[in-house]
Amino acid sequence: MGKIRKASTHVNQNEGLIFEKSSPGKRAFDLPQLDVPAVDPQKALGVHYRAGGVGGFPEVSEIEALRHFTRLSTWNYAIDLGMYPLGSCTMKYNPRVNELVARLDGIATEHPLQPEDLSKGCLRILRLLETCLLEITGMDAITLQPAAGAQGELTGLLLIRAYLQSQGNARSKVLVPDSAHGTNPATAVMSGYLVENVKSDSDGQIDVERLTEQVTDDVAALMITNPSTLGIFEQRISEIAEILHTRGAFLYMDGANMNALAGVTRPGDFGVDVMHLNLHKTFSTPHGGGGPGAGPVAMKKILEPFRPVPVLVEKEEGELALDEARPRSIGRVKAFSGNFGVLVRALAYILAYGPGIRQATEDAVLNANYIRKHLEGIFELRYSLPSMHEVVFSDALQKQKGINTMDIAKRLIDYGFHPYTTAFPLIVPGALMIEPTESESKEECDLFIEAMRAIAQEAALVPELVKQAPHSTRIGRLDEVAAARKPVLRWKGSDSSA
Amino acid sequence: MTYPAALRYTKDHEWIGVNGELGTVGLTDHAQSQLGDVVFVELPKSGAKLEAGKPLGTVESVKAVFEIYAPASGEVTEVNDDLANAPEKINQDPYGAGWLVKLRLSNRAEITGLMDAEAYESYLAGQGASC
Amino acid sequence: MRYLPKSPIERQDMLAAIGAKSVEELFSRIPVRHRLREALKLPGPYSEAELIEYFKDRSRENSLGYSSFLGGGIYRHLQSVITETVIQRGEFLTSYTPYQAEISQGTLQAIFEFQTLMCQLTGQEVANASMWDGSTATTEAVLMAERVTKRQRVLVAYSLHPQYRDVLRTYVRNSQLQVEEIGFGGDGRIDLEALEASLREDVAALVVQSPNFLGVIDYSPELAERVHRAGALLVVAVSEGVSLGVVRAPADADIVALEGQSFGLAPSYGGPYVGVIATREEFVRQMPGRLAGQTADAQGRRGFVLTLATREQHIRREKATSNICTNQALCALAATVHLTLLGKEGLRELAEQNLSKAHFALGELTKIPGIRRAFDAPFFNEFAIVLPQPVETVNRRLLTHKIIGPLALESSYPTLGRHALVCVTEITSRKQIEELISALRTVLAPDP
Repeated sequence: MGKIRKASTHVNQNEGLIFEKSSPGKRAFDLPQLDVPAVDPQKALGVHYRAGGVGGFPEVSEIEALRHFTRLSTWNYAIDLGMYPLGSCTMKYNPRVNELVARLDGIATEHPLQPEDLSKGCLRILRLLETCLLEITGMDAITLQPAAGAQGELTGLLLIRAYLQSQGNARSKVLVPDSAHGTNPATAVMSGYLVENVKSDSDGQIDVERLTEQVTDDVAALMITNPSTLGIFEQRISEIAEILHTRGAFLYMDGANMNALAGVTRPGDFGVDVMHLNLHKTFSTPHGGGGPGAGPVAMKKILEPFRPVPVLVEKEEGELALDEARPRSIGRVKAFSGNFGVLVRALAYILAYGPGIRQATEDAVLNANYIRKHLEGIFELRYSLPSMHEVVFSDALQKQKGINTMDIAKRLIDYGFHPYTTAFPLIVPGALMIEPTESESKEECDLFIEAMRAIAQEAALVPELVKQAPHSTRIGRLDEVAAARKPVLRWKGSDSSA
Repeated sequence: MTYPAALRYTKDHEWIGVNGELGTVGLTDHAQSQLGDVVFVELPKSGAKLEAGKPLGTVESVKAVFEIYAPASGEVTEVNDDLANAPEKINQDPYGAGWLVKLRLSNRAEITGLMDAEAYESYLAGQGASC
Repeated sequence: MRYLPKSPIERQDMLAAIGAKSVEELFSRIPVRHRLREALKLPGPYSEAELIEYFKDRSRENSLGYSSFLGGGIYRHLQSVITETVIQRGEFLTSYTPYQAEISQGTLQAIFEFQTLMCQLTGQEVANASMWDGSTATTEAVLMAERVTKRQRVLVAYSLHPQYRDVLRTYVRNSQLQVEEIGFGGDGRIDLEALEASLREDVAALVVQSPNFLGVIDYSPELAERVHRAGALLVVAVSEGVSLGVVRAPADADIVALEGQSFGLAPSYGGPYVGVIATREEFVRQMPGRLAGQTADAQGRRGFVLTLATREQHIRREKATSNICTNQALCALAATVHLTLLGKEGLRELAEQNLSKAHFALGELTKIPGIRRAFDAPFFNEFAIVLPQPVETVNRRLLTHKIIGPLALESSYPTLGRHALVCVTEITSRKQIEELISALRTVLAPDP
């Protein structure tokens, strides 16, 4: 119904499963000639021998393999194609030079167990990244080990636990706001704590008076996201920190929303004791369809002795080393060390901006507010305090015609965009969580605004069009009920037994 | 939506039908409509001891999970195995083929504390639920 | 700044549309005392050329030019240009988690293929879309076994990778789980007597690695049978996935925790790698991590979706099977492409080459006076030898020959003094092996 300017339909290739294209005898890869005597595997392995290779494994040629994955790739949306207005995900541009530097010989080739004397370049990269992230967060110490935000959260809570235990009482509860990301309560439980919910007030902020009652001597920490998952800065954050500190509890910050803060303010300055960063959000490392990421944890001095091993230390003469002899450490959280390849990309991102990193934050907040201004009144804004880098609307107005946030999101696909985040945070029923990031031009923002306004009109005048969306994709809405009732989780040809 | 007169109902939207010493437990029409398409049910085994008001299992849709609370105390005598392959029975026939467990009641007096069909319907109306 | 698509005029226009006089206004909720007055002290800004120069300088300070005999959980294998070509496509590299299935079918189908490949490799019925790595996959497999059996004692082979055991300890320290180590015998395999003594009715699982950290193959159906008799689960960790090309799959294990780094991922000084959990269909609802499932749309067209999401944190929150959200999707894709390229014959041949190279190296090494083989049991591409001098000393001298020597085992296994773990893969040339031999002869020769 609305005129769609950003996207048109275009023929794209079909492609079956790689196993369906296989035929015995085809191969895509040749190995160099063996330059030592061949060993009889049956003799060498005895009963452990697996004859005939892996049953069911693909047998295709190089061109078929390349075409297979290329065709698949054309079915995906991506940042390289356009905006992902996904709230809480910070889908910003993934600089391509980062891919090059992470792949350099002498960087990608290094083995984590090789001698430190032959790893000086890697250690210097780690040290510089640590220094930069400490400057950005305003903290005293950091670990680059955790493989993702959730693992960072776990590390942070284990640090808190270790400290409290060293003081004689680990305590038993962690407070989690009802607006929190699901990883927060899941992590609290994994760290051996009980979760107690903290209600938001009528503005969507932490209810500080109620919090005061909830912070007892049995509370180890409050896990806060700032700005909140509504995109609103917790103005009373240092007061909140005070309340916790008075009771000997810690303030943990989920750093998912750092894109609103970097270069403008520092969590270490407003009372946060420990926090994780999502390098695959704020620091531009690619999402890759779901990872890899990295979740470094920055902390105040008080938690430093408990850092996971190995710890990067500076010896005499500025020499760097990885230290494993840390008696108070919480231990290892991951084998070897962090996701080094991801860390390299994050450092490259930071170095590209330098002290001007603030500009990215300003543009991110500018974009979000621009979009908010143009959609206010068209979609309901339940919590109307000023937004930072993201804005959360609800589908309340559209619900009157039976259209919900998921429907609107699906129709947005026809307009050439990836949907925003639907149905999160939980405190806004029917949420539309929109985060453009600084990577979007005014043009892209205008196209997005135009699309959302058109869909709101469609929702009022031709709701069925929205309800049945998307109309332009290779496949329509999929039967998720059948997928959950009778899960089919692998291809099962005739030759698929091991 | 229907609420058979012969059954008794809980605030958490379970029903129980009593026949002598035996009780049959299931989810009400309201529950299944709120839940949407049921994809999976987790139920206790035969012999398990149930306590009134405590969870006996869970029921899942694609996007949500809910606890099922025991309306009364007793020992599970039979479990509806059909639901493993056809959880949709809970949606299609919540009071018949969609039954969850049967149990031998240990305290019949508990039943009198539950709502009858009329009381349950008023309860739902009070909750703002429309059927 | 080249990453920011805004001109000064456009910023002005947007501020005007918002009704703000400056961007500062948009940050007015932040208390003044928290707002930075100066720019952060960070190096840069670097142009693209300067960035490349910085990292090239760092790359020259590492181990280029050295040959290496290190394994110990991370393996150097041939890679393919095709894999890089595929994973660098923007539609894969810069796409999001496939929650919106209609515009993520590329990612979802690739995950489905990955899950299938992992099942075929391990002989299990279902596999997930990835965990962070082998160490966390093994840890999560243990937690899964606890949930399934509702028992709280776990037996762990001493020959399970030392760092995997460290990670497990960190994770279970605050739970009710008790972890007990079972030693290895003279042949490097798990000590069956010690195992039997500990296998009581309260054991949730036994965790073994195969090939284990000492290079020895430690899985067998008989071992699975023993464990099952006690009502426990067998968890098998595999850190060298290429071994499955020629070594029988741990099909009688209940849960397999695999590290997939060997499937085309660079060693990259610690990560990113890719972990996988593969298990029986009956345990699928206890399995952590994302799962892609096959289904259809209203027109009957086949498609794939993330499914069984009720196990995960975004729905189950504190009752989730794990807190994992972001996983290692692009690494899993790389592994999928790599294994597709290798194919059935290629993987078999690759594995056999590894076997041949390792056997050749063992043969040559044991010809050197003073060097003997440590464990007499079938191995794949890693084996332990005993040196006549401290391993650190030998390795220090090998470095002057531009050789990174085998991993010293004593620091992780105090009884294995002078033991070294040698790893040889298909990329270790005969010439490099012969250079190692000749260098060792020199290093170990009695001083004149």
